Amino acid sequence: MASVGKILRRTFLIGSAAVVGGVAFGAYYVTRPAANPLRPGKGETALSPFVLIDQQGVTLFAPRAEMGQGVMTTWAALIAEELDVEIDDIRVLHGPAAAAYYNSALMAEGLPNKGYDASEFQHNLGEALGVLGKPLSLQVTGGSTSMKDGFERMREAGATARETLKQVAADRLGVDRAQLKTERGAVIAPDGTRISYHELAEAAGQIEPPNVALRDPSTWRLLGQNLPRVDVVGKSTGTAEFGIDVRPEGLKFASVRMNPRLGGTMKGYDSSSAESMPGVEKIVNLGNGVAVVASNTWLAIQAVEAIDIDWGDAHYPPETDSLFAKIAEAFDDAPNSTMRDDGDVDVMPDGATEISAEYKVPYLAHATMEPMNATALFTGTKLDLWCGNQAPTLIQIRAANTANLDTEAVDIHTTYLGGGFGRRGELDFAEIATKVAMAVPNVPVQTTWSREEDMRHDYYRPGAIARMRGAVKDGTAVLIDGKVASQSSTQQAVERYTGLPGGGPDKVLVEGLFNQPYAVPNYRISGHIADLAVPVGFWRSVGNSHNGFFHETFMDEMAHAAGRDPLEFRLELAKAEFAPAAGVLQAVKEMSGWTGETPDGVGRGVAMTYSFGTPVAQVIEVVDEDGTIRIAKAWIACDVGIALDPGTVEAQMFGGMMYGLSAAVMGEITFADGEVEQFNFPDYDALRMHNAPVTEVRILETNPRLGGVGEPGTPPSMPALGNALFDLTGERARTLPLINQFDLLV
Amino acid sequence: MATNLKINGTSHQVDLPEDVPLLWVLRDELGLTGTKFGCGVAACGACTVHIDGEAVRSCQVALSDVWGDITTIEGLGTPTAMAKIQQAWVDHQVAQCGYCQSGQIMQAAALLAENPTPTDADIDDAMQGNLCRCGTYPRIRAAIHDAASKLKEA
Repeated sequence: MASVGKILRRTFLIGSAAVVGGVAFGAYYVTRPAANPLRPGKGETALSPFVLIDQQGVTLFAPRAEMGQGVMTTWAALIAEELDVEIDDIRVLHGPAAAAYYNSALMAEGLPNKGYDASEFQHNLGEALGVLGKPLSLQVTGGSTSMKDGFERMREAGATARETLKQVAADRLGVDRAQLKTERGAVIAPDGTRISYHELAEAAGQIEPPNVALRDPSTWRLLGQNLPRVDVVGKSTGTAEFGIDVRPEGLKFASVRMNPRLGGTMKGYDSSSAESMPGVEKIVNLGNGVAVVASNTWLAIQAVEAIDIDWGDAHYPPETDSLFAKIAEAFDDAPNSTMRDDGDVDVMPDGATEISAEYKVPYLAHATMEPMNATALFTGTKLDLWCGNQAPTLIQIRAANTANLDTEAVDIHTTYLGGGFGRRGELDFAEIATKVAMAVPNVPVQTTWSREEDMRHDYYRPGAIARMRGAVKDGTAVLIDGKVASQSSTQQAVERYTGLPGGGPDKVLVEGLFNQPYAVPNYRISGHIADLAVPVGFWRSVGNSHNGFFHETFMDEMAHAAGRDPLEFRLELAKAEFAPAAGVLQAVKEMSGWTGETPDGVGRGVAMTYSFGTPVAQVIEVVDEDGTIRIAKAWIACDVGIALDPGTVEAQMFGGMMYGLSAAVMGEITFADGEVEQFNFPDYDALRMHNAPVTEVRILETNPRLGGVGEPGTPPSMPALGNALFDLTGERARTLPLINQFDLLV
Repeated sequence: MATNLKINGTSHQVDLPEDVPLLWVLRDELGLTGTKFGCGVAACGACTVHIDGEAVRSCQVALSDVWGDITTIEGLGTPTAMAKIQQAWVDHQVAQCGYCQSGQIMQAAALLAENPTPTDADIDDAMQGNLCRCGTYPRIRAAIHDAASKLKEA
């Protein structure tokens, strides 16, 4: 398939198209170039949809949103590596919503292969499917895909820009391009004369870009290093601009209330007491909720809370128990998918010991530190929208439909995100802000949700149940037969984004369960969809967030039944299937000094999850301190293939683990009378300084594919903690959160 | 009724209802957006500022109750003239999403002013009111220790 691979790779090489005053270099998928989104001004030459060179230097437009994962810095490094500029010399801005910024890697993730076993053909097919991102306008930051998506395109953008600039200089000097060098933003002539890039930029827009080859990784000077984050000074001085910090001239402030019975109607409201409250300027009927525009956010929140609203009922069973009863009923239906069906799980191997267990995890909120908000200015013919978001093109389409405008009349200004975790891939905050702005034309309005409104109107990580059956023989696993039931985040999201019903096998529902790299001969995993109208969405690591817990707790139970050390049990099964998975287990074994024995009052647990292309193993150590259990230590090993910025990988691994541990210890969204019962951080807290474990991270680079880093740290944390608690107490954790069962330090 | 506030060394006249929390005076009235809104109930620490050097949750201080001079993250240092604690945050690459970090830094600055050589236990006690959903705690801890030693040298 080499020729197919080559053709597919060539189709997204950097090409060129004329734009005002110069040329755009773009990644041309499908059949024709996307419109250049950069709109270069006078004297500027757009060298690609990713790079702009002008008198102020080099500007990179990052098409992926910076929500803490370091994407701006590493994307800048990918370009700078080839363009020969220093990271400090690049300005990085969030790019506008543009079709050219589609996420090719996200679509490739949709293939129903296990990931680690992708052949070259499947890999190429994945790239080919990547073209689908473009017609769907999937400019999305998610799925831990940014580096997979940008790894080649960004370097090619930088290399093409460099060689084009050199060609202009070569023509000008009358020498061969090969005689020229580049260094720190300038072309160096054979006699040592420096010609800075900006002097060449405009002319570079007039010539055909030459073909380029990427530099060998052994020559990299920036990639693979710990680089200073481009956003770190702003975020240490209060000057980084988040959505909630946008302050256009004449700004008004609003807050909103929507039906706490999620998705229900609004039958009517009485706003008479709110109207006379201080600072109130307008009450806005949103149809399914109410907003108040006021002179500051707090006055708006006070007033909107003073409105007496008659809400309709929820379209789902109103209590937590009745929701989970519906989820359990889904097991009775034919499976939506059976993505792994190896051997024959219906035949119990001779002499094997059968075990089974049922697991349950709750609904979860994202609880980003920055509550949902967006700022909008509507003039009647144009809409400007400022917000932190993970999907600007989808937001652009939704806002345009809401305001009855063409998408070209809607400008999306993406700010830093005060946390994303999947929540800011939704469109609701932007749609609400658009409606509020339409009620006060020509006045910019910032609509900020109270924490309570944010917590109680999320697209939750769905609650899920797993029924696992397995068998062990001669100290190893010979059979795994697992079923998971939950709502389908994917199908619901497709319907929300496109208005079309989502269908087909849902890979996300079973990810982390069907694709785990263990050599078990009889292995079947089925997904069952519970048809419920609770709003659910993508929560950091998505299906892996529940399936990692199910799979790795069950692995522990099987090891126990087999009379084996749980780490050795896994190591053996992983070695036979996918070496990098065994490698991360071996690494945490060494790092933690794992012996299988722990002193009294200390428990240790291990788990390994392969997700987003990266196997991650974690060992968690818990200690009993006078009856209170503290998570004392953690060891993490991951294999990302190439660590483009090890400092960022380490931060994401630790942060991902903390996000998972917080949920495992105390995260739980419950329902009563159709309403979410958690209002604010006192009801839905997370780990903090005093109960965060001392952690060591090791990064391996043997994985044949570039793996994601933003999410894979989350899934193994929950079972590793549960398994540690079993080691400490002898009590098996089959339901989350653990605070309901164990006296953990909070 | 106008209220006089001294913020980062500058006097401001503010004409707002007296129960408006200081947080919103800073953010929406005066444009000092470095101080963040996280929860509104003193449960996350994102809105931490100093009043006469003491770390307080500005979402819980009504305008009429402000008892002294206010320092916000903007008054602690600027991108070109950072305070030592801010430089330590940069050196340790603490921030991820960064939204909670203004509050974290203000809390840590107050801790160091009171206790120039905090132990890990002191840091646990002082910082546990400040939530970070990205989980940057180990780098925060390292940055505080580093700032403590740099301040000692100075």
